[in-house]
This record gives sequence, structure tokens and C-alpha cells, in this order.
Amino acid sequence: MLDDKDRIFTNIYGWGDAMLAGARSRGDWDNTAAILARGHDAIIEEVKASGLRGRGGAGFPTGLKWSFMPKEVGARPHYLVVNADESEPGTCKDRDILRHEPHKLLEGCVVAGFAMRAQAAYIYIRGEFVNEAKVLQAAIDEAYEAGLLGKDAAGSGWPFDIYLHRGAGAYICGEETALLESLEGRKGQPRLKPPFPAGVGLYGSPTTINNVESIAVAPTILRRGGSWFAGLGKENNTGTKLFCISGHVNNPCNVEEEMGIPLRELLEKHAGGVRGGWNNLLAVIPGGSSTPLITREVCATMTMDFDALKEAGTGLGTAGIIVMDKSTDIVRAISRISYFYKHESCGQCTPCREGTGWMFRMMDRMVRGEAEAHEIDTLWEVTKQVEGHTICALGDAAAWPIQGLIRHFRPELERRIAARAAVVRAAE
Amino acid sequence: MSIEALIAEEQPESFAFTAANEKEIKRILAKYPPERKASAVMPLLDLAQRQHDNWIPMAAIEEIAKRLDMAKIRVLEVASFYTMFNLKPVGRYFLQLCGTTPCMLRGSDDVTRCIKDKLGIASGETTPDGQFSLLEVECLGACVNAPIVQVNDDFYEDLDYDSTARLLEALAAGKPPAPGSVAGRQGSQSAAGPTSLAGLKPKKARTARKARHA
Repeated sequence: MLDDKDRIFTNIYGWGDAMLAGARSRGDWDNTAAILARGHDAIIEEVKASGLRGRGGAGFPTGLKWSFMPKEVGARPHYLVVNADESEPGTCKDRDILRHEPHKLLEGCVVAGFAMRAQAAYIYIRGEFVNEAKVLQAAIDEAYEAGLLGKDAAGSGWPFDIYLHRGAGAYICGEETALLESLEGRKGQPRLKPPFPAGVGLYGSPTTINNVESIAVAPTILRRGGSWFAGLGKENNTGTKLFCISGHVNNPCNVEEEMGIPLRELLEKHAGGVRGGWNNLLAVIPGGSSTPLITREVCATMTMDFDALKEAGTGLGTAGIIVMDKSTDIVRAISRISYFYKHESCGQCTPCREGTGWMFRMMDRMVRGEAEAHEIDTLWEVTKQVEGHTICALGDAAAWPIQGLIRHFRPELERRIAARAAVVRAAE
Repeated sequence: MSIEALIAEEQPESFAFTAANEKEIKRILAKYPPERKASAVMPLLDLAQRQHDNWIPMAAIEEIAKRLDMAKIRVLEVASFYTMFNLKPVGRYFLQLCGTTPCMLRGSDDVTRCIKDKLGIASGETTPDGQFSLLEVECLGACVNAPIVQVNDDFYEDLDYDSTARLLEALAAGKPPAPGSVAGRQGSQSAAGPTSLAGLKPKKARTARKARHA
């Protein structure tokens, strides 16, 4: 288990003061100017050395992403945009950073923004987080008052502004280019790439979009060194990670742990174990709703990191772990996820707009067994027609959970169809 | 759903921002480059909704379009795309019940049933007295505190049938309890006590429940 001394988010549960005085007592904003004095490229190299991979789901190396920004500022200013549109079912970690550790995020914005030669950051927070936005705005205000933001941020000589922008209820805005569209005052519909945001992003300017957690861990990495972070976890899956454990555990919670922790250990040490004991486990969705489920047999030896989960045909995603015990109506659980993606499809690409509705309606019939056995193959085929055929990954995200269900629970689907057919026959 | 179904039939003739909100608009516009005023469309829609009993009349759409040099249809497009903008009236207490899988697994069906039993409304309906509206929404992003109902701006977490009933009674009496876990859990920590950072936990932690009775 991770030692408390290696935990980055020491106020994650909100026991202490979230505001500046409390944050300073936890080491935030401690000589930020000295970090910036190392220079743009040295900061990027240190983050690269840490092995930090993006915490928003895709796991792209953060330092490498920062390095894609132009080395010279041209006619257009550079922007950092923080994705605080946390909406992936099962995921609620950024909420705790926003409300209990806002200064880690703000200091991270200054450090990351400076590294990529940006002088402004927009934080796009989901609209439902009204109270979290209030805390964050208060933190921004006091950071300006204390001279940590503004013309000479933290005495570094680098000007830096942070603006908070609230969303208004659209999961798709967590997709980085949809977020930019939304920030520019339009419907959140993803852009075609290329051009990539590092070339043409917000207002046509070079832009990097990062998840809240990725930015908030940066100051600690720079203080303690990339090698410290890289020494935690596993190779290529380094550092600490906020895990969200929801569903059928005895004590659902968020917790910061080491990357690569065995799933079973994580559930048993922090969440009180699976309700009814390990043998009562049916399946786990390991990384937010879009990641395909894994069964108990797979869970028994699974470690929580990008590579191990990918190898098992699923993903670490946002590390939002949804636990389902044997009382779960597994078909309904996945059907409800299908409904989610149908509801949240932005409507831009035909395979997703039509396919999410089609898949949900079929899943809804599967819950009741109102289908023919061969339709399971049809459903699989449709998921394959949606997957990979859309501008953004929402189509994939809608397809994968159903594929996971068919892969692991096909007999259950067949059982329901047979049971329903028997009832119909008896009635005739 | 057709756009007509989203928009209230009865509309006020005009809409004007209050003096306080005019100041707020200046503060909002300062966040964006002057030639990028359209970025303020969502904040201004939110402001209009807060000023106008939690729904946005068409007159406000026109006013915002004028302010931001946008075509009215572009503002309406934004207002109808994002689910938090209400284009017709909702109850005084707008109950947004999360029904997505993590909440479903923890008993959001019981919360739905309680609301039906106590208020007689299902998703999309408003009580005859205009006090409560219910809408089943998608993931609210507080999954380890499931199930959740958002009442206007506030999250109520760790609900079950009985605690939902108590919440509804308190709201009906005009006394909304402190938001957060109705089970008295602080934040997202384990209900059984800390499994990490124990050395940092204050001996007398303020819990949501204690704060409410204070």
C-alpha cells in the first residue's frame, strides 16, 4: 500500500482548509518561482521523466503532449485548457480536487502553462458542479489577491491568468475538441483532427487540453522530482492515481493509490471488499463506463494500470471502478450505460447518432429477452459498425460495454431469450 | 424531440437583466478576448435562467443574441443542446435524479419510487402546486456517494428510500438540509473511516450531519 508520505492529495477528503492558508500549509505555492526559473523545456523534461500519463482516460504521456506546443510564440497566444468536465459514469475524482485541493490545480496551471509558453488557462468545469465551481472561483480570487496569478505570477516574472468557465450538462464536452467548441460558444460537437489543438486549438491558437488530475500532480512532481514519481507504480505505468470505487462494495470511496495496485487489494483495503465477499463478485467495470467489463476470474489477478488492463481487452480509463456483485442484473446494468451514450451522443456523426439509439433499443429488448438468439450476433455486428467510424471516441465508448457483455455473458443473454420464448409458447 | 416540445408555450413579452447581473455580465465578458464574445453565451444563459425562476424565456435568448452579436438561432441552438438550460418552467425544487449505472447499482430505483410515492411525479413531471419537478439525468459525477439527487444547485448523496422521504419533507417545509451525504459521511471517504491519511484526520472532523445541526 502507498505510504502517506507519497500521497500527493493530502486533503482529498476535505478534512483541512481547502483555501490558500490551508494549501500553503500542505506545501502548495512553496516557491513556485523557483520551479519556473528552471525554464520551459526543463519542466517538460522533468514531467517526461516522471512517466506521467494523462489521467483523463486515454493515458497519453503528459510531458510529450506539452512538448507538441510550438517552441516560439507566434502571432497567436498559447492556451492551456483544463478539462474539468468530469462526466464518465463511475468517475468522481476531479470533483475532490476541485473542492478540496483547488490550489494544487491552480499552481499546476501556472507551471504547465509556463512550460508550454501560455499566459492564460481556461478551466472548463461541468455545469452541475455548482458548489465546486464556487470553491474554485474563490481560490482563483484569493490567488490573484496574493499575487500568485496576474501580471507577475508568484513572483516569477511570468504573467498568468486563469479563467473559470462553467459547462451546462453535456458529457460530450469532455472530449477535448468538443470542449473547445463549447468554450467558443457553440454546441459541443467534436472537431475533425488534424489539425490538432497544439497547432489550431482554442480561438485558432496553439492549445493543450489536460485533465484536472494530470495538471494538479505536476507541481508535486517538479518539487519531488520525476524520478520519485517514476519510482512508484510500474514501468510505463508510474506514479500515484486517484481511484473511484463505486457500486457493490461495502464502503464506496475515492482513494489515492499506487498505479499497478492489484484490483482485489484495492477493493479490500479501501472499500471494505465486495459486498457479500469476493466470491459474490460478478464483474467489474475497471475504468469508467466505456471500458468493457471483466469477470471475477480476471479480476482475481488484475492489476490497476494502463497496460495490464489493455492486455485484458479493457482499459484503466479514468480509474472509475464500478463493482457489480451477483445480485446485479448485468444486462440491465449495461443497457443503462447504452442509454447514457444514446442520451449523450452529440448527433454529428451518423453511425453514433443512429447507432447509439439502435444499440440501446436492442439492449432494452435483451434485458427482457425479447429477441431472437441470432440477434446477439447482429448486435455485435452493429457495435463493430459504430466503433472506429466516428469523429470522436463516443461511438467507441458506446460500443465497448456491449462487446464486453457479449464476450463474457453471452449465455445469460441466450438464457433470457430462451426463457422469454418459453413464456410466449406457454401462452399460445 | 422537436424543439417546440422544449420551449414553453406561454412566454413573457420582454426580458431585461437586473442591475446586479449587468455588473456580472461585465465581469464575464472580461474573461474572453473582445472579438470572442460568443464564448460568454453559456454564462449569460445561466445568468438569465437564475434571474428568471430557473428557466430561460425566448425574450432572454433574443437579448443575449443582441449582446453577443450572435444570430438568435445560434443562441437557441446552444440553449437547446445543453441539458441544464430549461426553456420552460420547472418547480421551485428541481430534483435531478441520477439514474446511470453506478447510482442504479446503489438503489436509485428506490429513490425514484420514493419520489413517486410521496410526490406523485415521474421523470419529466411537476407537482400541481409547482413546488417540485423531477428529471432523471445522466451521471452527476459523484458515483462513490451514490445514489444522488441534485436539488437546484446542491447534491444530496448516499440516499435511500427513507432518507429521500425525509429530504422531501424538509424541502416541502422550506428547510433544505445542508447538502452532501445524508448519511453524515464527509466527502468521498470510506463510511468505515479513513483507510489512508489517517494521521492527518482531525480528531473532531466536521461532518455534513454535524454541520447541519450546528
